[in-house]
Amino acid sequence: MSVTSEAMKDGLTRPAWWRRLGWFDWAWGALVVLASLYTSARYGALMDGFEMVILAGTVPVTLGLGWMWKAMRPYTLVVALLSLAAIALYGGELARGDSNFFLKYLLSSQSAIMWMSALFVMATAAYWLSLFMRSEFTGRVASALTWCASTMGFIGLMVRWRESYLIGPDVGHIPVSNLYEVFILFAVITGLMYLYYEGRYRSRAMGAFALTVISAAVAFLLWYTFEHQAHEIQPLVPALQSYWMKIHVPTNFVGYGGFALAAMLGIAYLIVDRLEPASVWATRLPTLAQLDDVMYKAIALGFAFFTVATVLGAMWAAEAWGGYWSWDPKETWALIVWLNYAAWLHMRLTKGWRGRPMAWWAIIGLFVTTFAFLGVNMFLSGLHSYGTL
Amino acid sequence: MAGFTNTPNSPRPRRSSGAILVEFLGSMNLAITLLVAISVAAIIGTVLQQNQPYPDYVRKFGPFWFEVFERLGLYDVYSAGWFLVLLGLLLVSTAVCVYRNTPTMLRDMRHFRLDVQDKSLRAFHQRAEWQAPGDTPAVAERAGAVLAAQGYRVRAKAHAERTVVAGMRGSWNRLGYLLTHVAIVVICIGALVDGNLPLKLSERLGHIKVETRDLPANQIPPESTLATDNPAFRGSVRIPEGGQADFVFLNVRDGFLLQKLPFRVELVDFRVDHYPSGQPKSFESDLLIHDPELPEPLKHTIAVNHPLIYKGYAIYQASFSDGGSELTVMARSLDAPNLDPLELKGAVYQNLKVVTPRGPLTVEFIDFKPHNVFPSEEDGDRFTDYGPSVVFKLRNEAGEAMEYLNYMAPVSLEGRHYFMSGMRATPAEPYRYLYIPMDANGSLERFFTLRSRVLDQEHVRRTVAAQAEGLIPADSDAATRAGLVDSIVHLVGLFGRGGMDALVGQVEKAVPEADRNQAMESYITVLQSVIGSIYLDQLREEGVLGEQGVSEADAQFFDDTLEAFAALGSYGSPLLMQLADFRHVEASGLQIARAPGKNIVYLGCVMLMAGVFFMFYLHHRRVWVSVAPGEHGARVLFAGSGNRDRAEFATEFEGLQRVLMTATGTAEVVVQKEAQQSCQ
Ligand code: HEM
Repeated sequence: MSVTSEAMKDGLTRPAWWRRLGWFDWAWGALVVLASLYTSARYGALMDGFEMVILAGTVPVTLGLGWMWKAMRPYTLVVALLSLAAIALYGGELARGDSNFFLKYLLSSQSAIMWMSALFVMATAAYWLSLFMRSEFTGRVASALTWCASTMGFIGLMVRWRESYLIGPDVGHIPVSNLYEVFILFAVITGLMYLYYEGRYRSRAMGAFALTVISAAVAFLLWYTFEHQAHEIQPLVPALQSYWMKIHVPTNFVGYGGFALAAMLGIAYLIVDRLEPASVWATRLPTLAQLDDVMYKAIALGFAFFTVATVLGAMWAAEAWGGYWSWDPKETWALIVWLNYAAWLHMRLTKGWRGRPMAWWAIIGLFVTTFAFLGVNMFLSGLHSYGTL
Repeated sequence: MAGFTNTPNSPRPRRSSGAILVEFLGSMNLAITLLVAISVAAIIGTVLQQNQPYPDYVRKFGPFWFEVFERLGLYDVYSAGWFLVLLGLLLVSTAVCVYRNTPTMLRDMRHFRLDVQDKSLRAFHQRAEWQAPGDTPAVAERAGAVLAAQGYRVRAKAHAERTVVAGMRGSWNRLGYLLTHVAIVVICIGALVDGNLPLKLSERLGHIKVETRDLPANQIPPESTLATDNPAFRGSVRIPEGGQADFVFLNVRDGFLLQKLPFRVELVDFRVDHYPSGQPKSFESDLLIHDPELPEPLKHTIAVNHPLIYKGYAIYQASFSDGGSELTVMARSLDAPNLDPLELKGAVYQNLKVVTPRGPLTVEFIDFKPHNVFPSEEDGDRFTDYGPSVVFKLRNEAGEAMEYLNYMAPVSLEGRHYFMSGMRATPAEPYRYLYIPMDANGSLERFFTLRSRVLDQEHVRRTVAAQAEGLIPADSDAATRAGLVDSIVHLVGLFGRGGMDALVGQVEKAVPEADRNQAMESYITVLQSVIGSIYLDQLREEGVLGEQGVSEADAQFFDDTLEAFAALGSYGSPLLMQLADFRHVEASGLQIARAPGKNIVYLGCVMLMAGVFFMFYLHHRRVWVSVAPGEHGARVLFAGSGNRDRAEFATEFEGLQRVLMTATGTAEVVVQKEAQQSCQ
């Protein structure tokens, strides 16, 4: 937290944090609070205690995000408005998805997700292009594309959520219940994380690497859609009908996102590390110091959320399987991932390891993580009742 | 471990080696090694499927490796001795680490290091030095005020010739370290409590014996039974509707133990809801808890994700199965089709004895399903329910058994209706299906009438004689005729009893390789014509044979019947079992667990989550302002460090510095810049 201008005039008076918020901050706060108040007034009767808690929880989170990272405000607004628009256009009839122009080509979850996929791929290309051409403008385009992709992805999830209820009240559920849905979540979260660091470090040089892993996820998503019709909304098996799922899965994906980002930066690190410090490329690509730094930050963030996610998972397991820990393959692999990054952090923070070995380790970490996330469902049998390809 | 080998009479080396031991246990290297080792062990446990029936392992690895792996405890890695030792070591190592680091951490949080030397401050990466107007105490006080205003905790100390002002922030970061690591210890302890080591121990020592035979609960010997005082366990029990249980089974390696409960659980009703697609939507059990301490039984409904917690025992909906549905089955003899069907009353999991011409048979009812929902042939999106089905085995005296899957209702294929029965020798292979055509009024009567006539030698002989002209060359003499008639009758009987297999066997016995096919064809023509004319008579009797001849459907029926006859040879059962009536009884698979360590673990989890965030998102920062008399009044030396994120601290430091300088009324900066350069 750096020191603000008025404080610099006279170091003795440092205004409290809330004094340092601009009117737009307050507008944002008011908007979020009013929106949630309206929601609880309008729909409170239909919500159970858990949903009320979640609603209450979203207020500080949305507020904080908006204040901490200004770009979140327009993002949140656009996602909210377009999602509401889509819901309004549906007006309770799933069939409108094919008849209404905007739904059919833009806002129905399927088309929104296709837009997301296309935009992410384009963004990836743009980032690489801006590296090669050294073009600031292309870089700005790439960022814009990434923002749009993340927006469409988020909208896609929101609308899909609604659509599931339009299929049938008993079918409806939050779209984090199978591989297809969580891959979208992964792409969106990783995209946003990258955008955060891009803003924070005012450098687009990392984009090409970060977006590459997202494009890979998108590629899988498309293959999965066309090979397995995975996009069809399926009802939930009893084991997944739990509010724990709603918080466990998204938390997990903040973790996965962080780890994936770190691994890509690891790759970047190894490349930059082999370049002549003076070479053209070395000047275009991010500095080693920055890569090392962001790599640590991404893993730290990932680890923190992954810890929470694993704990939530244990609490869910305690409710669904009769024990907070059953050494079910998925659980066990989560532990493995966690221990792995714990070891990574120790090496960095206590042994002061830096640079190449940590970069390699971060990359290997991604393979471990990927296995925990995909491999387990594909190759190992267990209690986790979703995500089998 | 050298520490233990010392004899009491050599105290000095003992102390030192004890220190070495602590050193070793608390060492980062051990910690990392443990984290990695545990990961690897965990991987083994996921790659090699745990707690499978031992014969499966033998099949997979062969007797030798099976033995080796069993010794290593690889079939239940997570409760293998060596694995628990690893966890224990992690606990100890973390504990020692906390023990060794806590003092420093706490000192870090509290002490402001006011005696720091200027020359060590000048060695800091972040530092600045400048001249300020005013005397030392005034400047020092102002600097302190600034730091405080910037959110630092501040202490000041006046030394002989200089005053040191020290500030500190984010010391909770160190608290984060403590929380995280104490959390690990706490979690491990909770896990050990629930891991129930005493039980594992007495089981290893043989005080408790794992039962490997599959016995009903009431016959399990005491040495395999655990009393209700067992603090921690996790077991499962199957209760049929209307049934009760005051115990659960604990799976242990290739066997189980019986765990007593201080209350009885009664299953009043079990419900499965299905989505239209036939996928299960919810499992629910209405339970009654009978406990002497309760005024009246406690009523509660559990479902997946909605357990009941009673007296620290958590009762979960785990699975479901048949609870011994009552079945009424019509057994019809395929050998003596004219006999009236025999009514059998039984239930799933029960056996019945039946006497047949081929000797006594045991009917073992295995499973019953009220619904069989499959994607319908017409379009994959819609689903059709094939209705109730029963699975049973027929076991002969020799103990050989065939497994059958019979559907109660006729199944329609291409508009025609069949009684469908699948059969297989082992569960490994898929069912082979027998399709017996239903007659116009949906019964098997016509089929069985025809079959009884085909099996009735006299009837066949009459028919053959009647149509002899067609079959037998006219010029042949009486003896040959008789002979031929006999052989045809024999052929029909053979086919009727033994189906296609018998026919093939006959051909292979009697006919040389070369002209078998042709012989087969002629056999079949003969059979068709003989059985055909028997069938025609039957149609005539039924009065469904008009001038226009045999109807499409009746012709089809004949072909299907011949196919069924042909298949019956390998059906392997003298009986056709038709499910006539049932009363569906379901059973609920409950899991009952007792985990006193749970709350300890959760406490640890909360500490862990808090600790990790403290550690990552609170940066521990220290700054010092050392003020001494200088040429314009005071010389200010400002330096600081943060325990995370260099870049971030650098910006903060510069900000602070600017504020300090304005606050101490200074514009120009001395020394600082090139100093910054020099240490890049
Ligand atoms: C499962 C076991 C353990 C886990 C999950 C764990 C986790 C962590 C985490 C997440 C951090 C934070 C890294 C950071 O400061 O950002 C950390 C730091 C640290 N851990 Fe561990 N730890 C474990 C065991 C140990 C052991 C056995 C030791 C003793 C050798 C140890 C010593 C340390 C030290 C000295 C730090 C640095 C604290 C600091 O300077 O901030 N840890 N640990």
